[in-house]
Amino acid sequence: MLELQNICFERDNKKILDNINLKIDSNQFIAITGPNGSGKSTMAKIIMGIEKPDSGKILFKGQDITDLKIEERAELGISFAFQQPVKFKGITVYDLLKLASKKNITKKEACEILSKVGLCAKEYVDREVNNSLSGGELKRIEIATVAVRKTKLTIFDEPEAGIDLWSFSNLTEIFENMRDLIKGTTIVISHQERILEIADKVILMKSGEVDKVTTSEDFLQNHIETNKKCCKIKK
Amino acid sequence: MEENKINETDKKLLNEITNYDEIPQGAYNIRKNGQGIERRTTENVNIITKKDKPGISIYVKENTKFEFIHIPVIITESGLNDLVYNDFYIGKNANVIIVAGCGIHNDHHKNSQHDGIHRFYLEEGAKVKYVEKHYGEGKGDGQRILNPVTEVYLKEGSSMEMESAQIKGVDSTIRETKGELAANTNFVVTEKIMTNGTQIAKTIFDVKLNGENASTHVTSRSVATEDSKQEFTSKIYGNSKCFAHSECDAIIKDNARVIATPEITANNVDANLIHEAAIGKIAGDQIIKLKTLGLSEEEAENEIINGFLR
Repeated sequence: MLELQNICFERDNKKILDNINLKIDSNQFIAITGPNGSGKSTMAKIIMGIEKPDSGKILFKGQDITDLKIEERAELGISFAFQQPVKFKGITVYDLLKLASKKNITKKEACEILSKVGLCAKEYVDREVNNSLSGGELKRIEIATVAVRKTKLTIFDEPEAGIDLWSFSNLTEIFENMRDLIKGTTIVISHQERILEIADKVILMKSGEVDKVTTSEDFLQNHIETNKKCCKIKK
Repeated sequence: MEENKINETDKKLLNEITNYDEIPQGAYNIRKNGQGIERRTTENVNIITKKDKPGISIYVKENTKFEFIHIPVIITESGLNDLVYNDFYIGKNANVIIVAGCGIHNDHHKNSQHDGIHRFYLEEGAKVKYVEKHYGEGKGDGQRILNPVTEVYLKEGSSMEMESAQIKGVDSTIRETKGELAANTNFVVTEKIMTNGTQIAKTIFDVKLNGENASTHVTSRSVATEDSKQEFTSKIYGNSKCFAHSECDAIIKDNARVIATPEITANNVDANLIHEAAIGKIAGDQIIKLKTLGLSEEEAENEIINGFLR
């Protein structure tokens, strides 16, 4: 359903994405992981259209979307949850959910979505999406705005970034239920083992390239063994 | 006496500044083209025409609970310069909601102007919510000018909340708001302004916190687009143990200009005064976020501005 062909992206003479080729099937839960600076977030932004690749093609459900605008891709069925959720003065959580769903959802429907992302709906639905909300609360609202769209493809850019571990452990439960909530393909950029555990596939990126595409069992097994070796060497 | 009747244009103007269709609740006074044309008083609220100058005096009896007072002004005559003095005397422990505002419809080339000078005298323990909307419309090249002056005198234990909005069609405005606060009083002001074309809007706040535990919160949210210009000046004097927070938040677009001048003066060691000012264009990430939800650039901007000015 999503295919990246020969995607290259360079900034300040640095290759951030170096000839990425990747195919992602329908209804999969994909985790993308890798060291900082390996190009994960850039790849996610290129899929949404927030960044434009220097060369290469992006196909979504067979259609070439390389030159489509962000909003056109959104209309075709791609959603994107920001690493740092955007704040808006004067726009309430309910307003944002209405805009996201593209229809006049009732407060009750908005509250149902909020409950699914672990927020006590009544307390939040009329609050402004501004500085008064904590990082964890904003993350959950961000997830709600993409979940309510129920698109064929949903991308989460490091949902764990900027929130404490305690809040994140609650957040992983939401991802565990994400399949039922969204009913499409989910791509999550993450370093968290719990996210990698629940993925159908794990894509490991290194220095702007796809290093490995593997199952979560294989990835975690390898990862543990590599860590053991490291420990032995240290000893 | 056609002039003194309310026609369809008047109704539309009245609905822009106050919900006219629902007015008949409480006391009211409607002024059109410099003359009072409809009035109702109640057991607790009396409205008297001033003899020495144009305008009215409004008297609210002490202990009045939750009454509405509507005093809209409309101007449909091009070239009219309407100056009016309205004084509000709010009795002890009274609690009222006052809705004022001015709508100008100018289809011609002469300037139409309304300068409303509103003075509020609140006795001990009184509470007022004051809502003021300004609106202009019409095809003519005559300017629509509004220069409201609001003076607020709060006696011990009283409080006033003032909301003012000027969203559309006013070419030039100078808005002055002054407050003198005694002990244990609270004055909250929320101002929303949007300008476009070559419009000019100036606001000046001048609040003196004289009594112990007086507090004020002044918030201005504005959007300046095209070639319009806005100036925001806030002067707050802390003359006792008091608290003040003034906030100016502006979005600029195109060639617009916004000047924010904060001035806070502490004349007492226990005065706690804060001023915040931020001016900038719409944040790029806000537009991108809304685009990822399927909105076009223009739709995204409109949503952000509408939310900001809500």
